[in-house]
Amino acid sequence: MKINIADKSYKIEKAVATLLEALIYIKENIEPNLGFDYGCKSGVCGACSVRVNGKEKLACSYKPKEEDTIEPLKYYPQKRDLIVDKSSQKELIKRVKAHIINYKEETLSPQDELKTQIQSDCILCSSCYSACPVIEINPQFAGPFALTKSYKYTIDNREANQKEHIDAIQNSGVWDCTLCNECTLACPQGIDPKSDIVSLRNISAKHGYTDPNFNTMNFGGGFGFDPNGGF
Amino acid sequence: MHKTDILIVGSGIAGLISAIKAKLSGANVAIAAKGIATKSNSVMAQGGINAALGNIDADSIELHIKDTLKSAHNLADEKMVSKLCRGGIEAIEFLEKLGVPFSRIEGADTPLKSIAQRALGGASAKRACYAQDYTGLKIVHTLLDSAINLNIPIFEGLFLLKLLKNSQNEVCGGLFFNFDSGEIEPIYAGKTVIATGGFGAIYSKNTNSATSTGDGVAAIVRAGGELSNMEFVQFHPTTLKGSNILISESARGEGGYLINGKGKRFIDELSTRDIISKAIFEQLQSGERVFLDLRHIGKEKLERLMPQELKLIKQYAATDACKESVEIEPAVHYTMGGASVNENFEVKGLKGCWCIGEAANANVHGANRLGGNSLLEAASFGLLAADEVLNAAPSKIEEQKINYSLPIEKGSDNFKIYKAKNRLGKLLFDKAGIVRDEKNLLQALKEIKELNIQNLKIDDAPKHSTLLIELLELQNASLLADAIVKSALWRKETRGAHIRSDYPQESREFERDSKIEIYDII
Repeated sequence: MKINIADKSYKIEKAVATLLEALIYIKENIEPNLGFDYGCKSGVCGACSVRVNGKEKLACSYKPKEEDTIEPLKYYPQKRDLIVDKSSQKELIKRVKAHIINYKEETLSPQDELKTQIQSDCILCSSCYSACPVIEINPQFAGPFALTKSYKYTIDNREANQKEHIDAIQNSGVWDCTLCNECTLACPQGIDPKSDIVSLRNISAKHGYTDPNFNTMNFGGGFGFDPNGGF
Repeated sequence: MHKTDILIVGSGIAGLISAIKAKLSGANVAIAAKGIATKSNSVMAQGGINAALGNIDADSIELHIKDTLKSAHNLADEKMVSKLCRGGIEAIEFLEKLGVPFSRIEGADTPLKSIAQRALGGASAKRACYAQDYTGLKIVHTLLDSAINLNIPIFEGLFLLKLLKNSQNEVCGGLFFNFDSGEIEPIYAGKTVIATGGFGAIYSKNTNSATSTGDGVAAIVRAGGELSNMEFVQFHPTTLKGSNILISESARGEGGYLINGKGKRFIDELSTRDIISKAIFEQLQSGERVFLDLRHIGKEKLERLMPQELKLIKQYAATDACKESVEIEPAVHYTMGGASVNENFEVKGLKGCWCIGEAANANVHGANRLGGNSLLEAASFGLLAADEVLNAAPSKIEEQKINYSLPIEKGSDNFKIYKAKNRLGKLLFDKAGIVRDEKNLLQALKEIKELNIQNLKIDDAPKHSTLLIELLELQNASLLADAIVKSALWRKETRGAHIRSDYPQESREFERDSKIEIYDII
């Protein structure tokens, strides 16, 4: 089988179950200097996320096919080959205040657990971020994983300060999403950031925020129509 | 060049929680780690974290201590075990307040009472607090969120080469290879904490993150610190055959069966890991195949309690565990040994250097660790060590001329690294694996030496070179492999996870720790 990485074609002369096995084969037999990242080999550390034929995949769980083209994630500065600099993840987490701001003692139930179970499955692989078309136009956009993280803490019953979470995601945050669903399709963990963003918009409205696009995108009739907002 | 009061090396649960505790106490603390925090081995922990909350069954700290000591086969220190088990409840409370999304039970009246708990092997009560089967992942990510919020500097891509010492022979920071610049750089610190994890990944068949190569443990012994109980390597009984993907002990805790090819159960599934791994090994030796059977648990329960297991079994064994049993084999999972520490978590033989988590041998697991006690050790001792470190006097920081050359040479054979790495992993697994004997161990020692790993070099630009990182890891692996085999040779008995076919009984003579110092190895 042949796979392509950065204009180079590599012949994998061994049966491989995953793309990661193919990359390791290349490193051990053809190109020892090839740059790629991995850790857990079982889909839980998020380190090996790459793009295969333009779609985000975890190398450790994707089964490669003939003539697949492997590229690094989008938007992150490239270090070497498939390795990118994901350190801006931390800046986004900081900016959206993804943490308990004011803890309040609250006894949670299994229903409460379910509310954030899927969101907390996030492995921070950044597949959703790389798949998001908004980042291309607005690199300041908080993006899917940060907003899903924000949502998780925003609706946690242990959080006494929901407002501060909501305040933190207004600029280049929830309203910049086009709800295109690419993030949801890209997530290897089955998380649905788009739906979390919609929920955050609803909570924002409860705190008195409105969609800024209503003001800027006036189609002349006196009431706004938001082509990007579409619930 | 960086200077900090407290330097924590490693960003798994032990490192993160310790940094958060120190920072909340007002200290100036920084984390240095070779990878990003979410890549740490801690995220792979699935089953749970022990604390005698008694939310499901009647339980007590005394019972937790008793179970831990029993599993340790007289090699644990009762005082440290007591500290560990007592610290569990405080650790869970700390994590609960940071927002860890634990699984819950109905009808509780306090936050701690609402946390769900499950049975794991060797525990006399349902004691492991969990977040489905993503316990480690969810703890790491919550801690990371908090550390970021608290503005704790996390320097990533820094590979620990050696510990730095001042003229009083005290540790005053570390020397690192910076993956992003390709340069060598020191970080000076009054107090240095090693939380770099274990070294299970140096074995060929293991369940660990590829990053678990014991870099901190190797740096400690090179600096003159003491290692102990290096021979106690835990095999996890249930990993998928071939890929060695971990299927959590919760699968047996929730009622899963182990069966052989004839469909016959052959061991109590809730025994400790050392006993079960040996029983499976014997089945495999006799030509049987071994399967994990979860079918009778039911789809609904499996999906609710073990979503990750089902996904992993489907993905890596192409099996629907609700309908079919899945073939398994034991693989290396955890290293009980590591840097010897005193009751304040300070490394024996060093001043100004502490060690926590899997990197340390804090004398709590002895010859066999209980499931759920590793996350507990990382969290509980991470918190307690932060207090000890805060109260200790700092080493004097003395900047020094850096004299270190990277193993790079034009024209070197880069492929040699992988050949050596694969050979080392395989020889450890085959000759210092589940069952050992003198002949094989001596052969292993000879072969490790023949690999001549300390003299290997690579040909690559250092900046962003994963090849260089792999060679540095391999150098550590070879050092630790030597220590494992020498310790295993010394222990002429069978105890817990250390099984000698030539000395099949426990012996009073060896009711003590094995010790390794730098002059014993290489």
